[in-house]
Amino acid sequence: MDCNCEEAFWPADDLLMRYQYISDFFIALAYFSIPLELIYFVKKSAVFPYRWVLVQFGAFIVLCGATHLISLWTFAPHSRTVAAVMSVSKVLTAVVSCATALMLVHIIPDLLSVKTRELFLKNKAAELDREMGLIRTQEETGRHVRMLTHEIRSTLDRHTILNTTLVELGKTLALEECALWMPTRSGLELQLSHTLRTTNPMAVTVPLHHPTIIQVFNSNRAVAISSNSPVAATRPRTGKYVEGDVVAVRVPLLHLSNFRVGGWSDSGKRPYALMVLMLPSDSARRWHIHELELVEVVADQVAVALSHAAILEESMRARDLLMEQNVALDMARREAETAICARNDFLAVMNHEMRTPMHAIIAMASLLQETKMTPEQRSMVETVLRSSNLLATLISDVLDLSRLEDGSLDLDTRNFNLPTVFREVLNLVKPIASVKKLSVSLSMASDLPEYVIGDDKRLMQVALNVVGNAVKFSREGSVSVTVCLERPEYTRDPRSPDFCMVPSKHHCYIRVQVRDTGIGIKSQDLPKVFSKFVQKDSSLNKHFGGTGLGLAICKRFVNLMEGHIWIESDGLGKGSTVVFIVKLGISEQINEMDQRNSLAVHPTPVYSNFNGMRVLVTDDNGVNRMVTRGLLMRLGCDVTVVGSGRECLQVLSQPGQNFRVLFLDVCMPDMDGYEVANRIQEKFSSHERPLLVALTASTNRSTRERCLNLGMDGVLLKPISLDKMRAVLSELLEWGSLSDSPRR
Amino acid sequence: MDVIGRLQRQRTELTQALFKEGLLDEQFTQLQLLQDPNNPDFVAEVVSLFFEDSEKLLDELTRSLEQDPVDYKKVDAYVHQFKGSSSSIGAQRVKNACVIFRTCCEERSQEGCRQALQQVKHEFFLIKSRLEALLQLEQQILAAGGTIPFME
Repeated sequence: MDCNCEEAFWPADDLLMRYQYISDFFIALAYFSIPLELIYFVKKSAVFPYRWVLVQFGAFIVLCGATHLISLWTFAPHSRTVAAVMSVSKVLTAVVSCATALMLVHIIPDLLSVKTRELFLKNKAAELDREMGLIRTQEETGRHVRMLTHEIRSTLDRHTILNTTLVELGKTLALEECALWMPTRSGLELQLSHTLRTTNPMAVTVPLHHPTIIQVFNSNRAVAISSNSPVAATRPRTGKYVEGDVVAVRVPLLHLSNFRVGGWSDSGKRPYALMVLMLPSDSARRWHIHELELVEVVADQVAVALSHAAILEESMRARDLLMEQNVALDMARREAETAICARNDFLAVMNHEMRTPMHAIIAMASLLQETKMTPEQRSMVETVLRSSNLLATLISDVLDLSRLEDGSLDLDTRNFNLPTVFREVLNLVKPIASVKKLSVSLSMASDLPEYVIGDDKRLMQVALNVVGNAVKFSREGSVSVTVCLERPEYTRDPRSPDFCMVPSKHHCYIRVQVRDTGIGIKSQDLPKVFSKFVQKDSSLNKHFGGTGLGLAICKRFVNLMEGHIWIESDGLGKGSTVVFIVKLGISEQINEMDQRNSLAVHPTPVYSNFNGMRVLVTDDNGVNRMVTRGLLMRLGCDVTVVGSGRECLQVLSQPGQNFRVLFLDVCMPDMDGYEVANRIQEKFSSHERPLLVALTASTNRSTRERCLNLGMDGVLLKPISLDKMRAVLSELLEWGSLSDSPRR
Repeated sequence: MDVIGRLQRQRTELTQALFKEGLLDEQFTQLQLLQDPNNPDFVAEVVSLFFEDSEKLLDELTRSLEQDPVDYKKVDAYVHQFKGSSSSIGAQRVKNACVIFRTCCEERSQEGCRQALQQVKHEFFLIKSRLEALLQLEQQILAAGGTIPFME
C-alpha cells in the first residue's frame, strides 16, 4: 500500500515535523472555530440572507479542518483506516471547496452590489436630511412672517405698526439694531424715525441721493450695505463691525392711487422708506438667504399695513370734517328758518297794518271824488288817489314777491274760462291804449281749450303785467297779443335748454305772445329784464313809472305754473316780444258753477229745458221778486212768487203742490228764511219737499254755513245773473244740490 | 230811418255813458237780457216798480231819522231793503251809497246817517232821471217803428 506519507526521510528532522504537527493542529482548531463564530454571530444578527452560503462555507472549513486534523495522524506510520479516512475527507473537502468556489462566483458580485446600494442609500439619506433641514427652516421663516404680519396688521395705528415690526424682527432674527428711515416732508431726505434699541433717536437726516440709498431703492431685495454708510450709523460703535452684517431693504409707501385696477404702475417717483437691520457685532453670524427673504416679505407687509393705516386716518379725518360741517350747516339752517319765520311774521303784520290805512285812504279818496269839489280840489284828490293806488300795488307786489321767493305762495287752482281771461285783460288796457292811439289786438287759436284748470287770477296778473308793459313802453304803433296751444316739438327758447315740456293727457301748454312796437331792449340788457328792482334805465323809471318788480313777479308766477317766460328784442327802437308758456290742466267736465259774471253778452236768447218746472220764490222786496221772477220765466219755469215766509208755508201746505225748487230770501222781517227752512224740514221728508236754495246778499261765510247746516241745498249770492240762474237750475236738477253744498 | 238811427245812436250813447260813469253795472245788462218778444216791457216794468218802492222807502227813512230817539234798527232794515232793490236793478252808485249808510247806522251816528241819506237821495234821483230819459228814448224808437238793439 502506498501512502502519501513520506517515510521518515529526515528522521533527524523531528523538529520540523513537530512544527508542522503543531501548525496543523492550530490550523484545524482555527478551521473549526471560524464556523462556530460565524454561526454564533449570524444567529445573533437578524438579517442574513445567505445562510446556504454560510452552510457551504462552514462545511468547507470544517472539512478543511478535519483534513488537517487527520493529517496529524499521518506523520507517524498509520493504518489503512486512517488513510481511508484521510482520503475520504480530502475528497469531500475537494468537492465542497469546488462547490464553494463556484458559489462564490455568484455571490461576490451580489455582495458588492449590496455594498454599492448601501452607499447610495446613505447618500440619499444625507441629502434628504439636508432638504428636511431646509424645509424646516423655510417653514420656520414662514411662521415668523405670519406672526410678524399678524402683529403688524393687528393694529391700524401707524406708530404701533412700525414699532411692532422692529420689535418682532429684532426678536425673530436676534438683531442688534433695527432702524427705520422715513422720507421727510420735502421728499428730499430720509429721517430716522424709529429704532429698536435706542430710545431717543437723534434727528438725523440723510439726503436721498446718497449712493447706498439709491442702490437699495433700486432693488426690491434686501441689500447688504456697508456699515460705514450713514444710514447704519445710528449709535456709537462698540466692537468691530464686520462687513456684511448690515442689511437694508426698501419699504414702499403706498397711497390710494397705487391701488389701481390693472396692476401696479411702476413709476420711479414713488416714495420709499428705508429699513436697516444689523446683526450682533460680536457674533460670527452671517445673513442667511432665508433671513433676507424674511426681511423682504416683512418690508412688503409693512408697506401694506402702513397704507391701510394712512387710508383709515384720512377717512377718519374726512368723517370728522363732515360732522363738523353738518353741525355748522344745521345751525345755519335753523338760523335761516328762524329768520324766515321772523320775516314772514313781520310781513304778515306789516301787510295788515299797511293795508288797513291804505284801504281807508283809497276808500275815502274815492268817496271824496264823488262829492262836489272845485277843479283844483278834484285834481288834488285824483293825485292822492293815484298815488295811494300805486302805493297799494307796491305793497302787494312786495308781499307777493317775498312769498313767491320762499315758496310759501300757492296757486289757487280752479276751473276757469281761458278766453275770458285774455278778453278781460284787453278790456282793461284798451282805455289807456286808445288814449295813446295804440291799437291793441287779440287773436286766439281755434284749438284753444275753453275751460282749463289753473290759477286764473295770477294768469291774468301776468298777462296784464306783460300787456301793460307793452302798452306802457310803446309810444305809437300797435300791441298784438297771440294765444295758442304750444306743442312740445315747437322751437323753444335757445337760451334755456333745460325748460322742457312734458306732454300729458291731462295738461296742455298755452303760449302767449305779446308783440309791441315800442322802444325795444338792448341785447345785453335782455337777461336783466326779469331781475328784481332793475329797470333798464333809471331814466325810464322816472318817465314811465313802475316799481321794476312786475316782470320779476311774472317770472315767478310763470315758474310756479311750470312754464317759462322770455323776451326777445331786435334792439333799441325796434320793439320787443314777450313770450310766456304756462302749463294748465285740461278741464274734463265743464263746470259752469265757477263761471263768473262776465261781460260777454249772448246776442240771441237761449231757452233752456226747464220747461214748466214749478218754482216758488219767497222775497219781501218787490223789485227783487220781480227780477227773480223774470229770470226764472226766461228760463221757462212756472214761477209762483210770495212776499213772506208765512205765505210760503201756506202755499206749500196746499195739497197737490209740486214745486221742484224753492228760492228763499234769508233776510225777511217777521219770519226769516231760516225759520221757513226749519218748518219745511219738520213738515216734509227730504224726498217730498222741494229743493231749498237760500238767497242772500251777504258774502259772510257764517251766513253760508248756517244755511248749509240747516240742510239747505244751496246758497246763492244776490244779485243773480241769467247765466248763473240757468247754471244753478241745471245743477240742481242734475245733482240735487249746488256743487259747493253737501249732497243730499 | 234816419230818425230811428239817430234815436238809436242817442240811446246807445246814453246807455254807454250810464255804464261808464258807474251809475249802472252788469246787473242792468242781465235785466236787459230778460227782455224779449215774450216780455217786451220787462225792463220798464221793473224800473218803474223800483222807483215807486224806492220813493216810499226814502220817505220812510226821512221820517225815521227825524224821530227822536232814532230807531237805528228800523232805519237799517229800510236801508237793507233799498240796497237789495238797487242791487237787483244794477244801480251801482245807489247801492254803494246804501252800504255807507248802513255803516253809519251801525255806528249810530245821526249826523252820519243824515249825510248818508242825502247822498242816497242824490244818487237815486240822478239814476231816476237818467233811466227815465232812457226809457223815453226807447219808447220813441218803438213808436217810430224801430227795434231796441242789444248792447255790444
